[in-house]
Amino acid sequence: MSLAEAEAKEFQVEGEQLVGRWADARQRLLQNPGAVVGLVLIALFVLVGVLAPLLAPYDPGQQDLSLIRPGVVPGPSADHWLGVDQLGRDILSRIVYGARSSLLIGVVSLGFGALVGLTLGALAGAAGGWVDTVIMRLMDMMLAIPGLLLAIGVAAAIGRSLTAVMIAIGVVNIPIFARMLRGSMLSQRESDYVLAARALGVRQSRIVVGHIVPNSIAPVIVQATLALATAIIDAAGLAFLGLGSADPGVAEWGRMLAETQSFLQNAPHAAIFPGLAIVVSCLGFYLLGEGLREALDPKFRR
Amino acid sequence: MLKFTVRRLVQLVPILIGLSILVFVWIRALPGGPAEALLGERATPEAVERVRDLYGLDRPIWQQYLSYLGQVAQLDFGQSVVSRRLVSTEISERFPATVELTIAAMIFAVGVGIPLGFLAAKRYQRPLDHLSVAGSLLGVAIPVFFLGLLLKYVFAVKLHWLPTVGRSAATSTSPHPTGFYVLDAIITNDRVALVDAVRHLVLPAIALGTIPLAIITRITRAAVLDVVNEDYVRTAQAKGMEPRVVDRRHVLRNAMLPVTTIIGLQTGLLLSGAILTEHVFAWGGMGQWLYQAISYRDYAVLQAGILFLAIVFVLVNLLVDISYALLDPRIRVR
Repeated sequence: MSLAEAEAKEFQVEGEQLVGRWADARQRLLQNPGAVVGLVLIALFVLVGVLAPLLAPYDPGQQDLSLIRPGVVPGPSADHWLGVDQLGRDILSRIVYGARSSLLIGVVSLGFGALVGLTLGALAGAAGGWVDTVIMRLMDMMLAIPGLLLAIGVAAAIGRSLTAVMIAIGVVNIPIFARMLRGSMLSQRESDYVLAARALGVRQSRIVVGHIVPNSIAPVIVQATLALATAIIDAAGLAFLGLGSADPGVAEWGRMLAETQSFLQNAPHAAIFPGLAIVVSCLGFYLLGEGLREALDPKFRR
Repeated sequence: MLKFTVRRLVQLVPILIGLSILVFVWIRALPGGPAEALLGERATPEAVERVRDLYGLDRPIWQQYLSYLGQVAQLDFGQSVVSRRLVSTEISERFPATVELTIAAMIFAVGVGIPLGFLAAKRYQRPLDHLSVAGSLLGVAIPVFFLGLLLKYVFAVKLHWLPTVGRSAATSTSPHPTGFYVLDAIITNDRVALVDAVRHLVLPAIALGTIPLAIITRITRAAVLDVVNEDYVRTAQAKGMEPRVVDRRHVLRNAMLPVTTIIGLQTGLLLSGAILTEHVFAWGGMGQWLYQAISYRDYAVLQAGILFLAIVFVLVNLLVDISYALLDPRIRVR
């Protein structure tokens, strides 16, 4: 039997019995009620973020101080479903636009962190030797600084802007992804199928790109989902500490919470709704992340 | 054991050097250059000149780094732009507050998390178990500052059960020899101050301790579930050992290994996570200080605070590794 025939046979077996690893994982994921709830919450969050200009009943930065009387900040009403804040801005509209900021920060920071981290991790895992040592020691140093502290340092150095927040949170993700992919690749490198490919004379670069990386990617997908939850919380935390966008008109959930601090007694609703928005969207990503971990990790298949 | 400790200590050296390089580069990458950053925006040219002289900013970069390292080794972190006080003095005053809050948060997390995780595993797939799983998921999804605000609103603003901010009543005149208010009250045998200090500690500790509580509950549950199916547990049960003794001697003791690691890691994280909690409760520790440093662009404080907390984090992790090796002899030989 030639190599081509053997390969064809292998695919056939996969098609008949295993339905492929990913279809299998998808099936398992959709059978997990937690993961489905997570997917729904994420879909809702993404839709609200993308369609913000269509959904928000008011301009998020528009102030209406005529609504505010000393000591009274109106809560939910027919005009303003979630009430207004201390400057008379519609809270629902600010939450809707806040979803847009969070989504943007989450996706860009994850993309940046994962791209740099995975590249470094793949480089370290594939090259080994001194390249591996240099990259991984650098990653260890970054991990030696707690995430929020690292993000604060980066954001404080760049200055107040959404871009700074994205870079700061992305930087925190770099060592996490690098370490994860490298570790995963190292364990794959020792596996029998890589030995088999090498024995068949497949080129080193093709083994890495065609075999090792695809098989190492499952934990990365789980980590990416969880990193989005962390990104939302960290972005809110940075905004809460005054490191968000410099433009006061930009609606950010963390900043909304920070601004209501001194009005807590008169306007608890102004803190509770944006807080709930953070909790619900994070919960979505955590639920999906847990579901993915169970679906992709053979150890959980009990 | 000594060999293991020495090996871990040696591994610490490159990390610490790397940290100092990172912070050294960071302060030089700041907008406006290090002198302006350290002095603030309204610095006079003379002051800038003085700082350039003091830090030797005209000298080659490696000489600057070596003198920076020398200063840090002598705990000389410069002066705060805002308070005009020595950064090292402020750290020595504020660090105890953060440590006290961290310890209280950890006592809450461990005291509730381990029993809860254990009970959840014992009642696997029953209501308490589902509740603990859902609770620990919610616990990691709630940002500490939101939880802090909620707790403050309900228990301080509305119910008036506990104070809203600070570490002690404004009228308090009790002496603070150690800076740990609870300990101070015990040393000076001052019951009023003790009750006051504990009352101020409750809400921030719960807010800060919720994430480790969620994680500890989860890990304990998973570890106990792993261990209860082990052969040695079945053997103990088969030979008629009392269930409570089996739980204590065989189940809990082995399940505690992963939990110890998590407790250590979380303690390190809490020290920095306290920034948000301290801001909500105006706690007056390292966290609130760093928050103010961010607001006033007080880079001397920021660089010292970040370096100091990162070093503490690394040292705490070292202690965790050592204690882990003490608990589990298998680690030492690796």
